[in-house]
Amino acid sequence: MSNYLGNYSLYIALIASVYLIFKSYLDANSENKYLDKNFILITSIQTIMITVSFFSLVAAFVISDFSNETVFNNSHTLKPLFYKVSGTWGNHEGSLLLWLLVLSVFLFIFLLNSRSQDTKYKLLTILFQQIIISGFLVFILLTSNPFKTLYPIPSEGLGLNPILQDPALAIHPPILYLGYVGTSIIFSASLAAMISGNIGDNWARHIKKWVLVSWVFLTIGILLGSIWAYYELGWGGFWFWDPVENVSLMPWFCLTALLHTVIVLQKRNSFKEWTIILSITTFSLSMSGTFLVRSGILNSIHTFANDPSRGLFILSFLFILILMSILIFFFNQNKISNVAKENFILSKETAILVNNWFMMFFLSVVLVGTIYPIFLEVLNGSKISVGPPFYHNLLIPFLIPFLIFMSFGPSLKWIKDKLKKFNYNILIIFLVSLLISYVILTKTENSFLLSIPLIVLSIYLLLVTIKDFFVSKSSISQKISHFGFSLLITSILLNGLFSNEFNSNMKVGDERIFNEKVVKLKEVNVTDVDNYKSLKASFEVTNKNSSFALYPEVRIYQQPLTITSEADIKTTLFSDNFLVFNILKDDGYYNVRYQYKPLMIWIWISTIFIGFGGLLSVIRKNEQKY
Amino acid sequence: MSKNIKFLGLLLTLIIIFIILLKGLNVSKDYSNEKLKGKIDFSLNAKKLFSDEIINISDLFDKNSTSVVNIWASWCAPCREEHQFLMKLKDMNINIIGINYKDSPKNAKNFLSLLGNPYSEVITDNDGTKSIEFGAIGVPETFIISGKTNEIIKKYIGPLTSENLIEIKNLLKKNA
Repeated sequence: MSNYLGNYSLYIALIASVYLIFKSYLDANSENKYLDKNFILITSIQTIMITVSFFSLVAAFVISDFSNETVFNNSHTLKPLFYKVSGTWGNHEGSLLLWLLVLSVFLFIFLLNSRSQDTKYKLLTILFQQIIISGFLVFILLTSNPFKTLYPIPSEGLGLNPILQDPALAIHPPILYLGYVGTSIIFSASLAAMISGNIGDNWARHIKKWVLVSWVFLTIGILLGSIWAYYELGWGGFWFWDPVENVSLMPWFCLTALLHTVIVLQKRNSFKEWTIILSITTFSLSMSGTFLVRSGILNSIHTFANDPSRGLFILSFLFILILMSILIFFFNQNKISNVAKENFILSKETAILVNNWFMMFFLSVVLVGTIYPIFLEVLNGSKISVGPPFYHNLLIPFLIPFLIFMSFGPSLKWIKDKLKKFNYNILIIFLVSLLISYVILTKTENSFLLSIPLIVLSIYLLLVTIKDFFVSKSSISQKISHFGFSLLITSILLNGLFSNEFNSNMKVGDERIFNEKVVKLKEVNVTDVDNYKSLKASFEVTNKNSSFALYPEVRIYQQPLTITSEADIKTTLFSDNFLVFNILKDDGYYNVRYQYKPLMIWIWISTIFIGFGGLLSVIRKNEQKY
Repeated sequence: MSKNIKFLGLLLTLIIIFIILLKGLNVSKDYSNEKLKGKIDFSLNAKKLFSDEIINISDLFDKNSTSVVNIWASWCAPCREEHQFLMKLKDMNINIIGINYKDSPKNAKNFLSLLGNPYSEVITDNDGTKSIEFGAIGVPETFIISGKTNEIIKKYIGPLTSENLIEIKNLLKKNA
């Protein structure tokens, strides 16, 4: 039943989409002053149909309807209800349906929120957004229909990858998609604004909300993915420069640049073309992300089933969209009225431009590292793998000038600023950060010449952003986000500098001494839990005068046969103690990895600060002043 | 630069990227046997890990059956992860020939004495040339090699998983 319901509502949604494309195209060329009432009506019908379709898939997962192929492949009756529901988007077909749902809901909200905007602009936004929606609908119906039926009906499903049974991962895709899809509205709206020729401070104020919303969701989505990797994969890190991770980071760089540029457009009515280019690029990167992940072109831990026909479809669709946007950009460029304005070197505009340069540099490095191996394999058949050293070596040195700029850029004035008289506060802050860094760096042996300026500057920036809470006139949301960013950089650097680990094979009763700590494996208990067998180890870590216990776990799932390691992590404000173990063979030895990771929790907290700043800016009405 | 040239340049770049990605889609990611029909030069000599005896690689392979070759190193973390599956293969009475890639004999022996030795024979590959001869690009890698034709039937890049075990067993049965 739910299969038919879900399937046919998608067809109705496609018909609505085709109607809206033609109607909006025709109306945009006429001189109608008002938006036809039908638009809201048809868009809401479409949104309702897609919602119905999505929830009929959810229902199929909840009642374990194995006549549905997607449910059969990805679910199991023994799975807890929460993971049955999250299983809906934990697979290729369901996740595309979620994309589609968010696309249509966002367009609907956009229509409700843009009553005061120009009619032609609204019509064109509907047109472009519906082109994207129809593309996804056709893609789903042709290559990835989640409502394919099976007969005879199997009695049991094939289960879900247990690695994906994690709360952070269950909500990670929806949040990330909200960010990705939000960029589609920015894309459609900027193309529409380009054609209707109303790019200016008004439009910037209107689109800034969407930029912020997408940016907040993208930030939190990346954070959740990173938390999942840290707690679930048990590799003891929070970022692995895996292609799929990079794919979410690239639109983030671009969107961060856009977020700053839109402010210039709003205040100074300049950077018009650049704003449009960034909008187009951000969306293209989000779409390429979908292409790279879904087509199986990448070799990555995240890659889903390979299917070249799907890849071909997304690739063609992506290039049609990019081509369309380039054509629109070049043929409407003359509509942009650029009043020649003098730009001064010492001004907020320049500072934001510098921020953009850095973002574009970071973006290029990640882009090259992710895409180049694919190119190379095609061009001369050689396989290379680009790992963390590439990214670290190219990105970290450039953090130094970036941190310097960020410490004074935000406090510059619009249009033209003067070199201020020597500021003793700044000098004091700098000396304090030198002192703190000295104390920190004497505690470690593995520091390099490069770590000295990095630590000094990151602490300096942290202190400056704290000072700004009391002194600077800029908006509170900006202060929070900038503070969060400097805290993030500082935590990452200190974490990298002070982390250490040991790896050893231990039997029950064994002890290992590591950095003045004694790690003892006390016992291993075997129990049967719902849908897996659990081996729970009990470790005791004894410091000079305190001790704590850690209980890492190995889970053996039967459907499909998978062994996962659940790390046990003891988190305090200052450090994480991370312990994970693995079964070796039958004679009682276990491979044990113990890691000491300082300030881990601050990496999560600071990212929440970054996102919270953005959120505050969305909610607060009188943010416009600065 | 005039607008048209900019536009055409951008268009051309896009088309090139499109073609390359299109080709990339068709590059096989599962490294199945179609592409690996190359024969192996078995005339190489190699030193055994445990006895310092120098042998010809061809002596390791049974002419009438299919062999499993595993390239590994004690410093390689994924190899450690993979080890349990190799032990399972051993339990299924499957002979595995190990190539110890760029490793110190002492560490390699420690590794095996601690985790168990799944290999029927281990040869050392100090400079990595033997592994290159097999077409390896990293560790661990596992090859299924037909003794009759000296051909690679299947190649696994990266650590083996439980699913691979069943596949290997079936492959060996099919080619027995």
